[in-house]
Amino acid sequence: MIALSLIVILPFFSALILALIYLQNPTKNREKLYAKLALVTPIISTILSFVVAVQLFSSPHDLILHHTLFNWIDVGELHIELAFMADRLTAVMLSFITFIGTLIHIYAIGYMRGDAGYGKFFTYFNLFMGSMLLLILADNPIIMFVGWELVGLSSYLLIGFYHQESQNITAANKAFMVNRIGDFGFIMGLSLLFVVLEGNGYSFSAIEQHIDSVDRGMLALIGGLLFIGAMGKSAQIPLYVWLPDAMAGPTPVSALIHAATMVTAGVYMVARFSFLYIEIPQMGEAIALVGAISALFAAIIASFQDDIKKILAYSTMSQLGYMFIAVGLGAYSSGIFHVFTHAFFKALLFMGAGAVIIALHHEQNIFRMGGLKKELKWVYIPMLIATLAISGIPPFAGFFSKDAILITAFATEHYTIWAMATATAMLTAYYMFRLLFVVFHSAPKSEHNLTKLPSSMTKPLIVLAIGSATAGLLGVGEAYGGTNLFASFLALPDTPIHIEHQTEYLLDSINIILAFIAIFIAYKLFAKHSKYPLQTLPIRSLIVNKFFIDELYSIIFIKPLLLLSRIFGYVIDEKIINNLIFLTVGGYHKSATLFAVLQNSKVRYYALYILIGVSLISITLLKLLGDL
Amino acid sequence: MVAEQFFILSTLLFSIGLIGVVSRRNLFVVYLSIELMLSSVNLLLVTFSRLHNNMDAAVIALLLIAVIAAEAALFLAMIMQLYRSKRSLDSDSFANLFQGKGKI
Repeated sequence: MIALSLIVILPFFSALILALIYLQNPTKNREKLYAKLALVTPIISTILSFVVAVQLFSSPHDLILHHTLFNWIDVGELHIELAFMADRLTAVMLSFITFIGTLIHIYAIGYMRGDAGYGKFFTYFNLFMGSMLLLILADNPIIMFVGWELVGLSSYLLIGFYHQESQNITAANKAFMVNRIGDFGFIMGLSLLFVVLEGNGYSFSAIEQHIDSVDRGMLALIGGLLFIGAMGKSAQIPLYVWLPDAMAGPTPVSALIHAATMVTAGVYMVARFSFLYIEIPQMGEAIALVGAISALFAAIIASFQDDIKKILAYSTMSQLGYMFIAVGLGAYSSGIFHVFTHAFFKALLFMGAGAVIIALHHEQNIFRMGGLKKELKWVYIPMLIATLAISGIPPFAGFFSKDAILITAFATEHYTIWAMATATAMLTAYYMFRLLFVVFHSAPKSEHNLTKLPSSMTKPLIVLAIGSATAGLLGVGEAYGGTNLFASFLALPDTPIHIEHQTEYLLDSINIILAFIAIFIAYKLFAKHSKYPLQTLPIRSLIVNKFFIDELYSIIFIKPLLLLSRIFGYVIDEKIINNLIFLTVGGYHKSATLFAVLQNSKVRYYALYILIGVSLISITLLKLLGDL
Repeated sequence: MVAEQFFILSTLLFSIGLIGVVSRRNLFVVYLSIELMLSSVNLLLVTFSRLHNNMDAAVIALLLIAVIAAEAALFLAMIMQLYRSKRSLDSDSFANLFQGKGKI
C-alpha cells in the first residue's frame, strides 16, 4: 500500500523544499509561504494515516500492511529493505501523531510569528514529522533505528533553535549526548538480536516468528539493552537529565517532540517488541520499577519548580514513567493508551503554557504570573480540562488510562509499584493544580500588558481540549460498562489480569479522593495569594535543586571524563606518543646524516667504495667456492 | 720465466693503478693510473694466451690496445674540457658538475 510510503516521504519532501527556499534567501520575510508549505504535507499525512487506520480497523486484527520502497543493504546474511509496515499498533500511533502534529504545526504558525528563523523552524519541524513517522512505520529494527536517530537529530536542532544563547546550545548538546548513551545500548541490543537470529530475516514479523528459538538469558540481555535506548529517548532514570533542559527550545517543540511524540518512542519500541518482552517478565518488572521510580521522582521535583515549562517537563517524565510501568507489567495496550491520551493533554498543556508565555512577553516563572483567568479565558478553559485530565479526574482522558495502569499494577500484585504510582498520581494532581491556580487564579503580580494571541494559537487548544476530554472514552474498561475498545483494537499480547470489579471501584475511589485532597491543598496554598510556601522545609532546597542529580553526574561522569581526557591529551599524547614519534624521526635524521657523509660527490671516494665492494664480493666468492 | 711471475707483475701493476685512482687528485695521474690498470689486464691476457697456446686471448689484447687508444683520445679531450670549465686539474674540484642556473 503506497500510502504508507507517502506518509513518511511527504514531510521529508516538504522539509527539503522549505530548506531550499529558506537557504535561497534566509533573511527575506516569507512567513505565509513557509506556513502554507509546512502545513500541506502533515495534513496529507494525517488524511492518509486515517485511511490506513480505517482500513486496518475494518479488517481482521492480524492484517499487516506492507510497502517496500527498495532494497537498502544486501550484505551476506544482512538484507535490509527500506520498507514500511502498518499493523494496528502502528495505526494508533500514526493517527494521533499526525493529527496532533498537524495541530501543533498550526499552533506554531502563530507562535513563531516574527521569528527570524521562521523558515528554518518549519524545515526542522517537517523533518521531525518525517523522522517520527519513519520510526513508527519501520518494517525492521534498522529502519526504526534510522528514524530513532533522525528524531534525535531534529530534537537536537530544535532545542538549540535559539542558538544565540550559549545555554541553549549546552542544553541541545546535553540532549544529544545523553541520547547517545541510550542509543549505544539500543544498537547493541539490535546487533545482538541480529546475531542470535542467525540470519532468519530481520523484519519485525520474521523476528517474531523466530523468537522462540532464542535462549531466554540472551533475550533478557537484548531486552535490557533495548530498554537502555528507551530510557534515553523517553527520559527515564538515570538518563532523564536532558529532558528538563530541552525546554530551552521553542514551546511548540516542547509540545510536539518533548511531550506528545518523540519521548514516547521508547514506550512504542517496547510495545513493538512486546513479543520479545512477553518472554522475559523479570526484565519487564525491572522496566516497571524504573518507570515507577522515575514517575515518583519527577513528580516530587515538579512540585517545587517555578518555571512553567520545567514543571511540564518533569510532569512528562512522570507520565512516561506510568507508561513504562504499564509496558513493563505486560499491559501493552494500557501503556499505548496512556501514550495516546497523554499526547492530547500534554500537548495541550504545553501549548497553553506557550500561549501564556507569549501573552506575557516571554515570562516563564509562574510566580510572576497570576490572575489570567479572565483575560486568557480561551487558554484557561482548555488548560483546566487538560489539568483535570492529567490529574485523573473522571470522565476526562487521563482517568481511564491512568486507572488501567494502576489496576494492572495492583492486579499483578506489584504493590510497591502500585503505591508509588498512586502517590505519583496524588502529587500530579497537586503540582498541576498548583500551576493552574498560580497562573490563572491568584492575584495579579503586576499590570499585565498582554500580547494579543493569534487565532492559530487558540483554535488548536480547543480541538485538543475536546480530545483531552473524550479520548479516554475509547478505552473505558469493563468495570464501567465499556468493552475497552482501544485494547481490543490494538490486539497486543497483553498479560491477562483478573480483578474483582469491587476492588477496582475501591481503588479508583481512593485515587479520586487522593486527587481531590491534593487539589484542595493546592487551592489552599496557591489560589488566593501565590507565594512560595514551605519556605522553611529543610528538604526544600534539596528538591528545588533537583536532588543535585546534575551535580552528582558532573562529579561521577563529567569530571573523571575531563580528567581522563586531559591525561590523554596532555600526558599520553603529548609526552609519550609525541616523543616516541619524534624519536623515530630523530633516528632517521641521524642515520641519514651519517650516510650523507659517504656521498661526498668526490669520484675517488666512489672508486674506493667500488674497490671495497668488489674486494668483499671477491673474498666471499673465494670463501664460498672453497678450494680455488 | 714462469707464468706466476707474470701474474704477480700484472697484479702489482693493477694494484698500483688502483691506488693511483683512489689516492691521487690530479686528473692526468688518475688517467695514467687507469691506463696502467688496463695495461695490466692486457698483460694478463697475453700471458694466458702463451700459457695455453691459444691465440684468442692475444687477439682480444690487440683489440683492447685499439680501444685504449680511442679511449685515450676521448679522455684527453674530456680533461681539456674539464680544465677549461674550472681552471683546475684537481679531481675534487669537479664535485659539482651542475651547469644550469641556481643551486643544488
